[in-house]
Amino acid sequence: MSHDQLIILWFLLIGVLWIGFFFLEGFDFGVAMLYPVIGKDPTERRVMVNAIGPTWDANEVWLLTAGGATFAAFPGWYATLFSGLYLPLLLVLLGLIIRGVSFEYRALMPEDNWRDTFDWAATIGSLIVTLVLAIGFANMWKGMPVDGEPPHISGGFWSLFSPFALLGGVMLIALFMVHGAVFLSLKTAGSVHDKAHGVIRTLGPIALVLLAAFIIIGNIAYPAASNPNLGAGGSVAMWVVGLVSVAALALGILMHSKKGHQKRENLAFLATGISIATLFATIFIKMFGTLGFVPTSGTSFDMWIAASSPYTLNLMSKAALFGVPLVLAYTIWSYSVFRRRLSVANMPPEPSTVAVGAVQG
Amino acid sequence: MDAQVLARWQFGITTVYHFFFVPMTIGTSWMVAVLQTRWLRSGDDQWLRLTKFYSKLFLINFTAGVVTGIVQEFQFGMNWSEYSRFVGDIFGAPLALEALLAFFLESTFIGLWIFGWDKLPRGLHNLCMYIVALGSTLSAIFILSANTFMQNPVGAVYENGRAQLVDFGALFSNPFFLVTFPHQIAASLMVGGGLLAGVGAWKLAKVHKENPEGHPDEMAWRKSSRMGAWVLIAACVAVFASGHAQAQVEAHYQPMKLAASEGLLHTTEGAGFAIVGVYTQERDSEGITQVHEVWSFEVPYLLSLLAFNDPNAEVMGINDLTEQYLQEGYRDVAGNRTVLQEEFSSELAKLSVDPVPNVMVSFYSFRLMIGLGTVGALIGVLILWFTRKGHYPPTEKPWQFTTWKIAMGALPFLPTFANSFGWILTEMGRQPWIVYGVLPTWTANSPNVSAAKVIASMSAFTLVYGIIAVVVLKLFFTYIAKGLPEVTPPEVSKDADAPLSFAY
Repeated sequence: MSHDQLIILWFLLIGVLWIGFFFLEGFDFGVAMLYPVIGKDPTERRVMVNAIGPTWDANEVWLLTAGGATFAAFPGWYATLFSGLYLPLLLVLLGLIIRGVSFEYRALMPEDNWRDTFDWAATIGSLIVTLVLAIGFANMWKGMPVDGEPPHISGGFWSLFSPFALLGGVMLIALFMVHGAVFLSLKTAGSVHDKAHGVIRTLGPIALVLLAAFIIIGNIAYPAASNPNLGAGGSVAMWVVGLVSVAALALGILMHSKKGHQKRENLAFLATGISIATLFATIFIKMFGTLGFVPTSGTSFDMWIAASSPYTLNLMSKAALFGVPLVLAYTIWSYSVFRRRLSVANMPPEPSTVAVGAVQG
Repeated sequence: MDAQVLARWQFGITTVYHFFFVPMTIGTSWMVAVLQTRWLRSGDDQWLRLTKFYSKLFLINFTAGVVTGIVQEFQFGMNWSEYSRFVGDIFGAPLALEALLAFFLESTFIGLWIFGWDKLPRGLHNLCMYIVALGSTLSAIFILSANTFMQNPVGAVYENGRAQLVDFGALFSNPFFLVTFPHQIAASLMVGGGLLAGVGAWKLAKVHKENPEGHPDEMAWRKSSRMGAWVLIAACVAVFASGHAQAQVEAHYQPMKLAASEGLLHTTEGAGFAIVGVYTQERDSEGITQVHEVWSFEVPYLLSLLAFNDPNAEVMGINDLTEQYLQEGYRDVAGNRTVLQEEFSSELAKLSVDPVPNVMVSFYSFRLMIGLGTVGALIGVLILWFTRKGHYPPTEKPWQFTTWKIAMGALPFLPTFANSFGWILTEMGRQPWIVYGVLPTWTANSPNVSAAKVIASMSAFTLVYGIIAVVVLKLFFTYIAKGLPEVTPPEVSKDADAPLSFAY
């Protein structure tokens, strides 16, 4: 492949990694944000934690891989973006840290106050990370001014909080909560399952309105036409993919049913997943070439300038060709090992530390 | 302080902290996997009890390592944007591969292992832990290939205003990589062995004192302490062998680091090894550091012997290396440079570089690394001696029991801190370079990140890391105090309503 083709391939792959992260970790974030809603009862909350327990950590690795792949394939992007969005990224990291320890340590400190503190840390951490990443991606849709040599983001911290970005933040929180509820409806039985359906019914329409507003306002206020790398085709693609996202969410909400019909629940999960994937696909279409930056006059910065050498991109492509199918294969296997629905009945008597089934008495 | 100095402090704080957990993860993952295999092979449930006990400690540690590791993936871009821009073409690839090929493996299979006791057949379940251990070791391969590029930048050229990769394989045949990888893995096994030995021998003394007639946990703790001690000692031998090889590579490619870590000012034939020393340093009017020896105590010829396997070999001193650098730029001992060092040298000549690292930090981090590791291994020998053929640790007199407890309590920390000091030597002794002989550290930080921002993030990380440290230590002490769990061997369960074998 030519250097240009490799650059486009890696732009797409980084998009895929982010989409994988939001699709998978989206429901983990959603479940943790729903603790105060569905999980007021400690045992029900435990069902929720354990529904995501075996897999949340691997889901987070999609983000680390997206970060690493950006470093390897587009060092200029990595350098400009992360030094420019310094404080938002700090918030994301802190949110991920407090959330990560909370899943593992809640069972090791089963006293009520410790356990509740850890669960709040998971909820708040998930909320912060979702909010900040949504605001970040809304700004990439808008386009962030970059200036100078080496190019750096010239807007300050508070300039990130435009009404459009805040809409994006609230929208993604609602969307992930719905996605999380759909996941719970698929993974649990009994009371948690029923409460998850309640959340889909009430929060679903709100998330749908917010998502539709975000897609429509984004496409009108910050259209594909403002990106010099996109022609009329880009404009059509952004509208079509964006509206698919809205339609998929609508389908996901319509599929919910209190009776818990397995096929409808599968379809609902697929639908909210597609909604999230196409939402971020829309944003990545907008970022094609520009990487979400608007260089001021006299500055030139785009994905061709930010990219690594053909040698490195080639090497990384081969690694991805080998690694990605392998990762997908064992990820799918691990979900199938833990496919069984969980309910309150499956919870061991008290938070176990290691293998309660193997502990006598 | 300017933003660059603060950014260095932040990298030091977050990385040293993260690295408390890394060697223990690598070492203990292999130990837990082997404990479980010994249970499966022998059918002796004492091994299962040990597996469960140490896996709990492993998970406490692993979690802290995972969450503090997230920061590592992003902070190059945050604080070191110009470094990232300059070397991303080379340095980014191992980081991305580490995430893709190692982190996914570790995180997926640790989930399968933790929750899989009643879902997977025994052999397959045990295999999951070996895959976790393999993942953590793969992770070390990738990150060390990235770090050793910074020590000796091979496989790259200077093009388009940055370093570009031309030979990925060279990162793994880098002489620094070849000696650092075994050194690090062996040092990690010292930590894993130290944990099993220290906890096991402390508990063995305790249960024997409680019940001299024979405590039900006695056999398990004896197995733990002896297996741990053997691993600790064997790993220590490997650490010394690989460390010796590493020092020789360092003597060849980084003579300044060697000279600083030995406090050697003048080029000397038959150079002695200073056991202790006091050195001062200050910058002269031209911005070049001058080092003075206040006092030192030396063993003659030993340094030449260690560095070049020849007691009369010439070892270059700080003053002569400084002079040489100012005259002709960076050279290794044979007078050579890598392609990147050669091609960038004309750019480098435009930058002012003071080639001397901090001598006291280099000197004492080296000695603390060796000292703490050696004391740890010697305690391992004591454990083997006192527990030989059914003997017990000395507990008759209170001072014996107290001394034993202190030594065993300290044991897991000794190789852990030896690991920390080894890296402080490696990274502080590498200064003023971020990429050796190519890029000075002061050119590499993010120009648009203010000191205030670095202070904000450093404070936030320090606070959160401090809280995590308290929680981790509390959990460690709680679960060590609880001791071995009672077990019945797990079976694969098909009952949909049965309680889970493990739940958070």
